[in-house]
Amino acid sequence: MAPAAEIGVLDLQGGVQEHLDHLQRIGVPAKPIKQAREFRGLAGLIIPGGESTCLARLLTIFGLREVILEEHRRGLKLWGTCAGTILLAKENVGESPHLGLIDVSVQRNAFGSQLDSFQCRVQVPEVSTESIPLTFIRAPKIVSVRPAVNVLLEIDGYIAAAEDEQTLVTIFHPELTPNLAFHRYFARKCGLQPQAGGSAIDPTWTRQSWTHIQRSSDLS
Amino acid sequence: MTENRYELNTQLAQMLKGGVIMDVVNPEQAIIAQEAGAVAVMALERVPADIRKEGGVARMADPSLIKHIKEAVTIPVMAKARIGHFVEAQILQALAIDYIDESEVLTPADEECHIDKSRFSIPFVCGARNLGEALRRIAEGAAMIRTKGEAGTGNVVEAVRHMRTMNREIRQLQSLPDEEVMGFAKNNGLPYELALETKRLGRLPVVNFAAGGIATPADAALMMQLGCDGIFVGSGIFKSSDPVKRARAVVMATAYFADPQKLLEASVGLGEAMPSLDIAKIPEAELLAGRGW
Repeated sequence: MAPAAEIGVLDLQGGVQEHLDHLQRIGVPAKPIKQAREFRGLAGLIIPGGESTCLARLLTIFGLREVILEEHRRGLKLWGTCAGTILLAKENVGESPHLGLIDVSVQRNAFGSQLDSFQCRVQVPEVSTESIPLTFIRAPKIVSVRPAVNVLLEIDGYIAAAEDEQTLVTIFHPELTPNLAFHRYFARKCGLQPQAGGSAIDPTWTRQSWTHIQRSSDLS
Repeated sequence: MTENRYELNTQLAQMLKGGVIMDVVNPEQAIIAQEAGAVAVMALERVPADIRKEGGVARMADPSLIKHIKEAVTIPVMAKARIGHFVEAQILQALAIDYIDESEVLTPADEECHIDKSRFSIPFVCGARNLGEALRRIAEGAAMIRTKGEAGTGNVVEAVRHMRTMNREIRQLQSLPDEEVMGFAKNNGLPYELALETKRLGRLPVVNFAAGGIATPADAALMMQLGCDGIFVGSGIFKSSDPVKRARAVVMATAYFADPQKLLEASVGLGEAMPSLDIAKIPEAELLAGRGW
């Protein structure tokens, strides 16, 4: 088999174009993933933000849940942002787990309504030497992790980013900010070499940048 | 509203892309919608089909109903305020729902002014029939746009007309040299700066959903293939003979809108769609899309 060299973005619902735009900016080959056959040979898969109940239902209906579990056994690296974290968690407060691939406990919609969505800046030494802007939108909280899981960022008594050998979870949205550091970090975790950039912040990014990315189904 | 609040509000709409937002009139329906995979619910006292039937003044729903729906689900909850009724909007913001729909489905409270949405922290979605209307609402602070369609009819023809009109006007705009944009903006009622931005992007600068008359999985996929970012279904789910099945089917069809095999699977055995109306036979005064400007 040829060496895996692509990152997929699960393209069922949510912030797909935003992640593809960021991956393009760091020069890593990437594509939207919608069908079972498209998972083969991926180095990594991003499960984007969206609504976890919707994503979970679609994963089950179309049998993609089993495909992701199988590819994970074969070594596929995974990154869940926001709703993606809920799908990947082994434990969900008040509901049953979905994919259950990282040993963390997550509480859905833990901050309140959209009026409680917010932005902030933090240092995440393992990911970047610069301070990083973060965007939280009706975010979940990681309330606890098992010892096998490494905490990357803790804020005010909850965990915002964590990882194990194969899986990264962030309750915030790096793809909704000019910050490329988390995408570079995940690309390296997948064994890919992101384009060496200067700063973690891409000054050419705007909040409309996602609109340049065509939807997968518009390409045909 | 601070710039970053507006950014967060447009970004919540981005996270709803590829999803279906369903009208619900009680917590039980809200739970059915969430289980079926809706990305948000619109909390109402009556769906548009019933508003049409019953007539009279249609207003914001009772806040206690919206509160009960909010407590029943974890997905975002939206609710409608009348066009121009900024106090209904203040009340909905105080209730801390996730999105306000300034909607022509309710009886307008002001025939001259829409709500100045830039004064609010909470996000707004507004209906539009064409590019000018969409950009005027964005200029007022809307963080998300939807087609108006003709709500409560189960007839997708007006939503198609509105989306095709927006697409055509964006293509026209893109074909113009910059010096002709001012004239085009003047003639079509486009705010100039947003006209330039739309020309550059080749699409609306915010998320644009389809709404008004969507009744089947095929209707949803049709609007997605026309370029909509997601779908509102009003009366189409809970006025059909099997709401659970239909809700799931519309969610499937919206996610796989360009995959005829999956659309076929989604369309089989759904029972009766909602009772529908021929828009040509509705008296002019009873059409909803003409409300607001």
